Amino acid sequence: MARLNMNLWRARKSREDLNLKRAPGTRRVAGTLTALCLAGLGGCKMDVLNPAGRLAVEERDLILFATGLMLLIILPVIFTTLYFAWKYRASNRNAKYDPSFEHSGRLEVLIWGAPIAIIVVLGTVTWITAHRLDPYRPLDRSTLGPAAAVQPLEVDAIALDWKWLFIYPQQGVATVNELVLPVNRAVTFKITASSVMNAFFVPAMAGQIYAMPGMQTQLHAILNKPGVYKGFSSNYSGAGYSDMNFRVEGLQVADFDRWVSTVQSGAGRLDRVTYAGLAKPSINEPVRTWARVDRGLYGAIVEQCAEPGQTCQAMQMANLDPVDSSKRVAFQRLVGGRICAPR
Amino acid sequence: MPNNLDIQRLVFGRLTWDAIPFDVPIVMGTFAGVAAIGLTVLALITRYRLWGYLWKEWFTSVDHKKIGIMYSILGIVMLLRGFADALMMRLQQATSFGLHHGYLPPHHYDQIFTAHGVIMIFFVAMPLVTGLMNFVVPMQIGARDVSFPFLNNFSFWMTAAGAGLVMISLFVGEFARTGWLAYPPLSGIAYSPDVGVDYYIWSLQIAGIGTLLSGVNLITTILKMRAPGMKLMKMPVFTWTALCANVLIVASFPILTAVLALLALDRYVGTHFFTNTLGGDPMMYVNLIWMWGHPEVYILILPAFGIYSEVVATFSGKPLFGYASMVAATVVITIASYLVWLHHFFTMGSGGDVNAFFGVTTMLISIPTGAKIFNWLFTMYRGRVRFEVPMMWAVGFMVTFAIGGMTGVLLAVPPADFELHNSLFLVAHFHNAIIGGVVFGLFAGLAYWFPKAFGFRLEPFWGKVSFWCWLSGFWVAFTPLYVMGLMGVTRRLSHFDDPSLQIWFEIALVGALLILCGIAAFLIQIAVSIRNREQLRDVTGDCWDARTLEWSIPSPPPAYNFAFTPVVYARDAWSDMKARGAERPTSGFLPIHLPKNTAAGVLIAACSAACAFGLIWQIWWLVAIGLLAAIGIAIANGFNRDREFTVPAVEVAMDESIQAESLRRAA
Repeated sequence: MARLNMNLWRARKSREDLNLKRAPGTRRVAGTLTALCLAGLGGCKMDVLNPAGRLAVEERDLILFATGLMLLIILPVIFTTLYFAWKYRASNRNAKYDPSFEHSGRLEVLIWGAPIAIIVVLGTVTWITAHRLDPYRPLDRSTLGPAAAVQPLEVDAIALDWKWLFIYPQQGVATVNELVLPVNRAVTFKITASSVMNAFFVPAMAGQIYAMPGMQTQLHAILNKPGVYKGFSSNYSGAGYSDMNFRVEGLQVADFDRWVSTVQSGAGRLDRVTYAGLAKPSINEPVRTWARVDRGLYGAIVEQCAEPGQTCQAMQMANLDPVDSSKRVAFQRLVGGRICAPR
Repeated sequence: MPNNLDIQRLVFGRLTWDAIPFDVPIVMGTFAGVAAIGLTVLALITRYRLWGYLWKEWFTSVDHKKIGIMYSILGIVMLLRGFADALMMRLQQATSFGLHHGYLPPHHYDQIFTAHGVIMIFFVAMPLVTGLMNFVVPMQIGARDVSFPFLNNFSFWMTAAGAGLVMISLFVGEFARTGWLAYPPLSGIAYSPDVGVDYYIWSLQIAGIGTLLSGVNLITTILKMRAPGMKLMKMPVFTWTALCANVLIVASFPILTAVLALLALDRYVGTHFFTNTLGGDPMMYVNLIWMWGHPEVYILILPAFGIYSEVVATFSGKPLFGYASMVAATVVITIASYLVWLHHFFTMGSGGDVNAFFGVTTMLISIPTGAKIFNWLFTMYRGRVRFEVPMMWAVGFMVTFAIGGMTGVLLAVPPADFELHNSLFLVAHFHNAIIGGVVFGLFAGLAYWFPKAFGFRLEPFWGKVSFWCWLSGFWVAFTPLYVMGLMGVTRRLSHFDDPSLQIWFEIALVGALLILCGIAAFLIQIAVSIRNREQLRDVTGDCWDARTLEWSIPSPPPAYNFAFTPVVYARDAWSDMKARGAERPTSGFLPIHLPKNTAAGVLIAACSAACAFGLIWQIWWLVAIGLLAAIGIAIANGFNRDREFTVPAVEVAMDESIQAESLRRAA
């Protein structure tokens, strides 16, 4: 069962390819802005503070608001600590010494009241935003903004060892290590993993969410600015984790449509055999696209039965529990009803 | 007829020569270094004929003071190992950009960050915290020892055995490459088929038994052995925090034991608790391990809070401000620490209600914590603040921890966490809380109680050097990590494509080197203090003009601590006695019963370690022998009736008169 090739780190030949595939602009911008980055916390390259999607913008604003709110109490505390420590130093005989001062009802009100006040405000904001920015919540006008298309693009994101596979079910195409998105259009990501836990993260677009094998998580997001962004796994997943990056490109709608037709007119079909090869551990997979994708492949990956010869989870459990035929029916609908033979 | 392979497997299990990493020069170099140091130490012990002394006076000792000191030494030794890992990571990340891949392949780097986390939490912070509690608590409550002295010795050796297994993994086989909490499926047999995770499981299981038993022991001690008059609300704050931390230990460590046992079953007998298929659920592991893991954070920080409370009060020359609210805050934190575990994985997609609930409960904890900071603040107010080394750590803590608390609350806002989770911002936050909170507290505690343990103070100059190196080093090392977290850089990466990040990692490396200077200064401080011990001698037993009972007895205290059990009338009992001009009794001494030393603790722990080593390498005969021997010795020890000895009254009287004489001379 040793599916990981532990010597993989030795194979680094294709690493240069990955560097070359960066958009030509990012390097230059990075170079000129490094100096600014050093000068201070300017917005340069700080994807979290300089986002390109409305969700990430809201999350950035929330980070700044919460920090500002807490600084209201943190800064005075730090200042007072240093001030008291200095003022009441033993050598300062002018400072009042009152060893009986060990309780004060009024100060107790301040001591408990001040943190409570901050937390009441922050807790309320937390409650609201935890619901509003829940990745499972479909975007609506309030989160999308007025200009965006509501009808979402669907993308299935699959974390493999150690690369990302993206399936576009509406377009019937697939890519590896490259996520191309139209700007100003809601995107619904369904996310899973083939073997171990990962996390799907495009900081400039929206917060991260775990990618877990045998399970599916969701993310509703939107990209508002055209450009090239970083995407990667943000949960350690083994030897090739450092290279589990993908390129994210935001295109205007017309450009995106053009990209889709180019891919569709290209070659290749992502079927189970191709998938089985792709799912084997590897690093620095070059960007590739497939013009067609087998129906039900994503569902089978979630069910851990996409590779030939594997038994799907629902089938395993249904077999263990012969009474539960409803599970089998639901499952067959999910994966297209023709992939998995019962054991 | 079994062939060679079968016999070899029967005798050595999975253990072969391939397990020794001859081809990895870094490991072999480390091994050579460690072996050289180890052999030198062993040779010196032999040369000066110290084996008998160490065995009789220390290893088999059931004296809580000696056990506390041994815990602390274990923690400091392991700090060197854990910090070496930290330096290696900093060096790798500072050099591994673009076409350069640093000097560590992922296979090695991933073991290092796992070992760093495991060692720093389980074998540095925990032994130091347990050691200080062990040393201080019985004296603070006016007791002669803990409730179960033998158990105390056994607990220590189990912790030491766990630490030993982790150290062995460096040279025989390898350690886990999973991160310090070993999430499945990565830590399952399918994706980690080698011995690394087994070393992880069994070293924590062995050490966990020690921690749990020591928790039981200290709770019982605090509840049952307080001096007459010491009501709960008259207990010193450090004892309060020790009580709460040990309640947390007893309530949470069984979860760790259980979840690791389930993981072990998955790995050894093919069950499916946490596998991807056949109904296994890795999310269950993540929940369970954090149900232990979050209280664990408070197990470490609460005693540190207790240390700060003692230190700030003593060096401000005032009682602690708001004692009752400090105790209330401690108890609230203890209870609330069980209601927040999910904030470690908001990004699992539990939905708005669940995330919001755990976000808000997490913030609630910041209220009592904030109240505590205010209490220390107002303890300094109208005090006479003496900037001895422990007080410097305390003030450094208050400033540093305030920021760490703030970033923690920020991470408790789920949508903010979506952007910052698993980033270097998170790494900076918890180091801010653990270094700025726990480690500073431990150094304050070591400097504060060192004279009590050894009879002379630590030399302050090197202590101050150590403090300033740690404080500046911490900020230089972790500010870049905060910044990179905001750039969206994640943790646990061994290589980076973006060359603009390199400068930040180089700054962080400089910070780590400053901390290295801090550690070096601390070791120099101990050496210099031993050399100058006559000038630094504490003849009064109360060198800081302190407030609690441990300072009412000589430094170092006699084996029995208190010739007479003190009677407590006020909160800061020793302050109160000093204010009332209480006289030292000079006559009427009675014989004192004390527990005898025993080798059973060392032996059972050694057998347990052998059993664990057998489990790791699947050497089944060793498992059987180790387990049976451990149980056998425990049972045999149960029949040992010769457990006590008596210090005659004459001897007590003599000890006490020597102390009274030296006090008179000091006055």
